[in-house]
Amino acid sequence: MRFEATMPEMTFAQKVLARASGTASPVPGEIVNAKIDLAMSHENAALVLAAFKEIGAKHVWDREKIALLFDHRVPANTTKAAEGHRTVRNFVKDEGIPQFYDMREGICHQVLPEMGHARPGMLIVGTDSHTTTYGAFGAFATGIGATEMASVWTTGELWLKVPETMRLKVEGRLPVGTMAKDVILNIIGDVGADGADYRCVEYVGPTVDEMSLASRMVLSNMAIEMGAKAGICFPDEKTKRYLQERTDSPYQPVFSDTDAVIEKQIDYDVSCLGPRVACPHTVDNVKAVEEVAGMPIDQAVIGSCTNGRMEDLIAAASILSGREVDPDVRLIIVPASREIYLEAMEKGLLACFVRAGAVVVNPGCGPCLGAHQGLLAKGERAITTTNRNFRGRMGSPEAEVYLASPLTVAASAVKGEITDPRGLLA
Amino acid sequence: MRGKVWVYGDHINTDLIIPGRYLDDYDPKNLAKHVLEDLDPAFSKKVAYGDILVAGRNFGCGSSREQAPIALKTAGVSAVVAGSFARIFYRNAINIGLPVIECKEAITAFKNGDVALINIDKGILVNETSGARLKFEPLPPFLLDVLHSGGLVPYTRKKVPVEH
Ligand code: SF4
Repeated sequence: MRFEATMPEMTFAQKVLARASGTASPVPGEIVNAKIDLAMSHENAALVLAAFKEIGAKHVWDREKIALLFDHRVPANTTKAAEGHRTVRNFVKDEGIPQFYDMREGICHQVLPEMGHARPGMLIVGTDSHTTTYGAFGAFATGIGATEMASVWTTGELWLKVPETMRLKVEGRLPVGTMAKDVILNIIGDVGADGADYRCVEYVGPTVDEMSLASRMVLSNMAIEMGAKAGICFPDEKTKRYLQERTDSPYQPVFSDTDAVIEKQIDYDVSCLGPRVACPHTVDNVKAVEEVAGMPIDQAVIGSCTNGRMEDLIAAASILSGREVDPDVRLIIVPASREIYLEAMEKGLLACFVRAGAVVVNPGCGPCLGAHQGLLAKGERAITTTNRNFRGRMGSPEAEVYLASPLTVAASAVKGEITDPRGLLA
Repeated sequence: MRGKVWVYGDHINTDLIIPGRYLDDYDPKNLAKHVLEDLDPAFSKKVAYGDILVAGRNFGCGSSREQAPIALKTAGVSAVVAGSFARIFYRNAINIGLPVIECKEAITAFKNGDVALINIDKGILVNETSGARLKFEPLPPFLLDVLHSGGLVPYTRKKVPVEH
C-alpha cells in the first residue's frame, strides 16, 4: 500500500481561490488569477460600461454570470441618474443579461441572496464594498472597482491576493435588547477600522451558529468596516433551507481545514454585551449606549443592506407599536427589498410604523449614501442602522451620524434622543 | 516622479475623498472640483499638477467608488503615499493608473510643502527638502506593468484580441 503525499491543510479562502484559479494550494500573499462565478454591479455599471467600451471588447464573457440592478438612486433622483439608468438598461437588453433587477426589487446585497444567486463556495465580486455580505452564505465575496469589473466582464478573470485568515469566535447568549449589530459594532470598536485589512474574516462559534441568516448578513456586511476582504459564516442546515426555497442551482460548501494556518483568532463572549453605538465620524468609534444616551436627534433611519430585513423591522415594531415618534424627529424606514416590503405590509408592520409617525420609503439604499430621501442639514444629528458614519455620508459634512441596532434607533426615535432600548422593552 | 507634498492623517475615507452626493456625475473634471472637499474645502483650488499626497494608515477606506482615485488623479495628484491602504482603493488606484506607495515612515518624514521624489520601480522615496531617504517595497512586476500601461484598460486592451 502506498501513502499519498498529504495535501497541506487549507483555509476557506485558500480553498475557494485554489478552485477558482486552478492552483493546487496557493499560500497567503500569493497572487492568483481567479475565474469569477458571479459579477454584481448596481448603478455604477454605467462606469463599468464606459471602461468596458474603452477596452474594446464586443460582448461580455458570460452573460449568465453577471447580475445587474438599481438600488442606490431609485426612483432616479436626478436627470443624470436617470441617464445612467437608461444606459445600463439598454446594455442589459443588447447583451441579453438575464439577471437584471430594475428599481423594483431592492438593495443588491439583499436581492441577490433572495434570488438564490449567492451560494456557498462561490467566488463573487461586486462593484460595491459591502459585497462581503454574501459571505453569510459561505461565499468568498469581495468588492472591486469599476475598471477591474470591466476587465472581469471581458475576461471573466481577476487577480486576487490570497488573504491571511482572521478568525473571530463569538460565544454566549445575546442578552435581551442586543442584536447582531451590537456584536459587530463591538468587534469593530475592538479591532479598529483597519484591524482586518486585506484579511478573510471567519465568524465562528455558538453565537454565530445560533444566528439567523439575516443576523449573519449583518456580520458579513460590516466586515469591510474593519478592512476585511471577505467575512465568512460557514453554511449549515439554516443556509441549506434558505437556499432550497430559492434555487435549484448546485453548490459545493467549503470549510477551513482543522489544522489550516490562520493568522490570528480573537474570542468574544457576548453574554453581558449591551447595546453599542458607533459615534462620529468613524465606525470604530464605538461606545456603550449609556455613554451617549440623552443626546438629542433630528433624524432616525432604519434600513440598508445592514439592517433592513424582517427581523430588523420586527425589532423596530416591538418598540414602535403603540408609541409615537417624537414630534421633533424624522423617522425614515426603508425595507431592504420588495420581498421584505410585502411581508412587512402583510404582517401589518408598515401600518404600525406609519401610525407611529414614521415615513416608509421604497426598497433601496434610501438615505444611507447621502444621495436622496432624507439628507441631513448642517448641525443635525442622526441615528441610523446603516453601516457608515463618515463625515458627509448622509448629507452635510457638518452633520453627525451615529450607528446602532434597529432596537436602539427605534427607541431613540420615540424619545427624541439617543436611548437605551432596554428601558422600552416589555 | 517629483511633486509638492500635502500631508493628511489616518483613515482618510472615500466619502472624504469624493462625497456620495456628487457621484451621479460621471465626468472626472466635475468630480475633481470636489476632491477632499469635506476634509479640506480649499484643496481642489490649492492642488497643482504633479502634487503628491502623503497620509497615515488605512487611506481610502470605505466605499468601492473608483471615483475616489479618479478625482485625485484628475485634480492633478501624481501619487499617494500612505502608511497603509484599504484594499479596494489600492486596487482602484492602480487600475486607473494612479501610483500608490505603501511606506509607514512617510507620514513623519514629510510636512506640507516639502518636495518628494519617487522612484516606483526601485522603491525609493526622497524628501528633497529635508534630505530624508526612505525605502518601500515596489509593486509586483505585473502591477507595475499595469501602472506603466496607464491603468487596467490600456493594459487589458493590449492583451485582449478585439473581435471585429
Ligand atoms: S444600503 Fe448603503 S451600504 Fe448598503 S449598498 Fe446601499 S448605499 Fe451601500
